Amino acid sequence: MDFGLTEAQQMIKTSAKEFLERECPKSFVRAMEHDERGFTPELWRRLAQVGWLRMPFPEESGGDGQDFVTVALLLEEMARACLPGPYFTSVALCGLPIAQFGSPAQKREYLKKIGDGQLIMSLATLEPSVRYDTAGVQLEATARDGGFVLNGTKLLVPYANSADSLLVSARTKKTARPRAVRTATADDGITMFIVPTSARGISLTPLKTIAYDPQHEVAFNNVQVGRDAVLGQVDGGAAIFDKISQWGAVGSCAMMVGAADKVLEMTVEYVKSRVAFGRPIGAFQAIQHHCANMAVDAESSRAITFEAAWHVAEGLPETDRMVSMAKGWTSEATRHLYALGHQCHGAIGLTLEYDLQLYSRRCKVWEMTFGDANYHQDRLTRLAGL
Amino acid sequence: MDFRLDPEVEAFRKEARAWIKQQIPPDWDQRERLLDYEEPDGVVFSMDFQRKLAQKGWLVPHWPKEYGGQGDHMKHMVLTEELAYWGLPSGGQPVNQVASILMAHGTDEQKKHFLSGLAQVKWKWAEGYSEPSGGSDLANIQTYAVEDGDDFVINGSKIWNSAHIGPDYMFGLVRTDLNQPKHRGISFLIWPMNVPGIAISKVPMMWGRSRALVTFDNMRVPKSCVIGERERGFYVAMGSLDVQRATLDRLANARRLADWLVEYARVAKFDGQKVIDRPGIRNQLAEIMMAVECYKMMIYKVAWMQSKSIPSTRESSIAKIFGPDLMQRACKVGMQMIGAYGLLEPGSKWAPLYGKIENQYLENFARTIGSGTSEINRNVVATRGLGLPRG
Repeated sequence: MDFGLTEAQQMIKTSAKEFLERECPKSFVRAMEHDERGFTPELWRRLAQVGWLRMPFPEESGGDGQDFVTVALLLEEMARACLPGPYFTSVALCGLPIAQFGSPAQKREYLKKIGDGQLIMSLATLEPSVRYDTAGVQLEATARDGGFVLNGTKLLVPYANSADSLLVSARTKKTARPRAVRTATADDGITMFIVPTSARGISLTPLKTIAYDPQHEVAFNNVQVGRDAVLGQVDGGAAIFDKISQWGAVGSCAMMVGAADKVLEMTVEYVKSRVAFGRPIGAFQAIQHHCANMAVDAESSRAITFEAAWHVAEGLPETDRMVSMAKGWTSEATRHLYALGHQCHGAIGLTLEYDLQLYSRRCKVWEMTFGDANYHQDRLTRLAGL
Repeated sequence: MDFRLDPEVEAFRKEARAWIKQQIPPDWDQRERLLDYEEPDGVVFSMDFQRKLAQKGWLVPHWPKEYGGQGDHMKHMVLTEELAYWGLPSGGQPVNQVASILMAHGTDEQKKHFLSGLAQVKWKWAEGYSEPSGGSDLANIQTYAVEDGDDFVINGSKIWNSAHIGPDYMFGLVRTDLNQPKHRGISFLIWPMNVPGIAISKVPMMWGRSRALVTFDNMRVPKSCVIGERERGFYVAMGSLDVQRATLDRLANARRLADWLVEYARVAKFDGQKVIDRPGIRNQLAEIMMAVECYKMMIYKVAWMQSKSIPSTRESSIAKIFGPDLMQRACKVGMQMIGAYGLLEPGSKWAPLYGKIENQYLENFARTIGSGTSEINRNVVATRGLGLPRG
């Protein structure tokens, strides 16, 4: 066993810290919370320049071939800095599936462009049922004229207003609704499509969220796509959906781990300097024990998150179980952690002027995407045959 | 990062498991909770079992070759975890903490006598750290020795130990200089328990077993019982705390407890309804399964840090907070799963899992108290781990 970082990972982590400190001050983060696009083209160009947009893609697609553990380390740093923008959805949640499941033509078409910043994609899987499994996929794709016609609604599609294409889950065949949430591979009625946002019949409605990030309702009204829009096999999309759920859940965990570390750090600094009753409040055991409990939450989340990230990267047989363990645990522990952070800060931590709330609002998003604790607790027991 | 298990370690783990399976009686699952290692038949079982380990070369594989070991820490860690998982004795504190103190501080004569005896399981031992007036405040040692020629005359008392097994030796801390400040003036001693002036009484505990209170009334032992430098005993003991073994023990206990619950949940039905489908059970059990996985990785990380000589005070104190808390929650969930049957003590034909859950539910209250309370560990994490000012 080796808990250390490889040289390449250490380098990426260190340079990420430097880059983000320079390019992503909190003044920028705040400005972007009220920006319609939510990030700037300049920022995106800079991310392309430092190579992050292509980092996880295979070398033959113009990438650096870094594994998912490295992606998770980078997401952790991005979350520490509250970096705005569609990195997670475009590079990880759309780019990685194309790299793994795409046809040679799709890889040529999309990966190079995502990697050098010319093309932005976003994942559109959640529907009004807000189910995290394929049973929630009701958007219909009907075969017609050698292609498909899509009808339905997707919710909470991040940065859809900046995306050139969407990766969409659709139902191409009616299947018995799975009784229990497990892995979706058994659902043989799902197909994944790459759909340009410029296609006729797509309409966006912005949704205001707890994290002030640009998310959208995307309506599909008789949207026509060709056969070449299918990622993977027709009716064989569930395996892709499952894999995206793994990247999504563990990526969300990595972001919670980064944010949690930063919240703990801010809280420790605050209680050391804030004086009440004639001494720093960090000298009171009541506060010390809150901070120690935060450290327990941070350490346990980090342990299980990177174990899961490693499983995902290696594609091991226990990966699904590990992913649910990580997402179930980290979702709860992080919420507990930032709640204690708020308690230690008192009223000042609740003001918009103070940075703490930037993290608590974002963590709630990561907690609720790709399955909250409740979902993954249930899923874990079912994967264990209970 | 690479969390692949070392093939060499896994091969030995398999070998150890196969051997253990051969050694334990077929009804071990049932007997285990009824067998008390501090009552006569349990003591016999424990001593016999440790001798089998010694014969196999598995009692002290971690000792250096010069003292009769194999210098093999991997084997020792695997054995510690596997034996603890099955609730079997592994030599414990004497062959770990006491032995390492002897190796580091003992005279040649002390080493020769004690280490060879320890390796052969010649004696029974009891620990002498805690006192009725000092729990978390470990340096508050009140048991004191007065010099009389070549002897010490000792008065005081030691508690929460296993002296009711009839030990041959006790090891522990005694104040040998009353004029020095609290942490100084204490010496580490190993003394025989067959001398006059010792009274042992049982302290029955709420989980049906006992601890002992030992009182010394002018007990006379030779000064040569001191191991290491006199009046530096607090540091002698602290320098060799048996943290790694105790940690692996806890991990194994937590894994076993969670495994019991999962296996029980797989089969148990009350009145036709599966236990797992009763309100609230599924999610709570899942949380325990997740916590055990976190705990495993946290402990393996501490072991990795130690192997790389990376300071790990923060991480090991965090694990010491996490594990005991997890075990208490697991018992709470277990009691909810078995419902009113959880009221029955081990031995009842109605008690699910042979009463193990009821028994552990009660015993695990001690988890957040023994070997450093969770509050002391939170203080350590806050001050030494996070750099907060001392209160």
